[in-house]
Amino acid sequence: MKTLLNVVVLLLASTLGLALGWSMLDLPVAAVRLPEQVTAQLDMSGVAHPVTAVLLNFRGYDTLLEIAVLLAALLGMLALPRHVAGRENRPVPASTMLQTLARLLVPLMVLVAGYVLWAGAYQPGGAFQAGAVLAGAGVLLHLAGLLPAWVTLGQTLRAGLAVGLLVFIAVGAAVMAQGTLLQYPPDWAGALILAIEANLTLSIGLILAGLYLVLTNSGERA
Amino acid sequence: MIFDLLLAAALLWSAAQALTTPDLFRAVVLFIIFGLLMALAWVRLNAPDIALAEAAIGAGLTGALLLDAVGHLRKKQRERSP
Amino acid sequence: MSAALVYALTGAALFVFGVAGLMLQPHLLRKILAFNVMGSGVFLVLVGLGQRAGIPDPVPQAMVLTGIVVAIAATALALALARQLLDLQGEMRLPEEELDKDRLDV
Repeated sequence: MKTLLNVVVLLLASTLGLALGWSMLDLPVAAVRLPEQVTAQLDMSGVAHPVTAVLLNFRGYDTLLEIAVLLAALLGMLALPRHVAGRENRPVPASTMLQTLARLLVPLMVLVAGYVLWAGAYQPGGAFQAGAVLAGAGVLLHLAGLLPAWVTLGQTLRAGLAVGLLVFIAVGAAVMAQGTLLQYPPDWAGALILAIEANLTLSIGLILAGLYLVLTNSGERA
Repeated sequence: MIFDLLLAAALLWSAAQALTTPDLFRAVVLFIIFGLLMALAWVRLNAPDIALAEAAIGAGLTGALLLDAVGHLRKKQRERSP
Repeated sequence: MSAALVYALTGAALFVFGVAGLMLQPHLLRKILAFNVMGSGVFLVLVGLGQRAGIPDPVPQAMVLTGIVVAIAATALALALARQLLDLQGEMRLPEEELDKDRLDV
């Protein structure tokens, strides 16, 4: 019975795949040409890289919602039961080699994150990539035993987690005085985008690192 | 174009293996490999931002989360069996 | 058939692999893996179809960037829930539903 179900599911899935593939081969030429529209408005967006312009200016609302979703996922994980802090929870420092490597690499990773954030205005980069590098640094520090997993979050940490979303909302609301939500004035667009991206990098780095550091503690103590 | 076809085949093969292999650790490692091949695909699609994000977040952080889960699962199974 | 269309077709195939894996595998960790493969397939379709004329298009690229971050958030939350289920129940599988003929009111 179970094998029959497996076969039926596989048959239906293959039919779906064939239908998708066939429809893709038959598509007409696109009516709307978005790259040209983005390039036409790129000077007024405040940055020189089209993907950053789309992410932070033209579709800034999507990015705002995305950072809210990221924070909500972390809050969801924090709402589940976790191991209570105790003596067995202190991080065990790993071998000297790993510790030395972590101590050498993490400042470099922070520098790379800062560079990627700054370079996002002119070339591929931006807040998300920089935040991901910071999160990697956090995971590396935890694996080397230099950073404990998160149990209860202090006030500074909570502020750091929330600052990206809050600054984004604040800037988006403040520019409503001269336009709609998130409509930056063209002279200030570059500076506002950099301010938003810097706070976003900090928050994304902390949240992504937090996703790992809270997960290692997830579940009830046996 | 040959490179794109080979990369597509490698993507499909690593994904299929990751989903069907019986060992869970091997499945997660194959998923990390799949993520890194995806980063290559993004480069071929002229999307370097996505390649950076996929390598760091898709392969790196998701791989770390999954490996942590597999380790926890194995520890629980070892505690239960003897 | 441009290179981008090859990737779009690969994305469709990956999506189908993911759907089949999600439905057929009972282990929750494998379901999470299948869900991630599905997501990667959708991202390839988004960018591949958008760029099938060969010109790099920043709008679907920005959408996929957002999608990757949301996918890892969902994966992390799913893993936390799966670990909670593991600690409550002993294994990472959903309990099989049993039809109990005495409880017809449920």
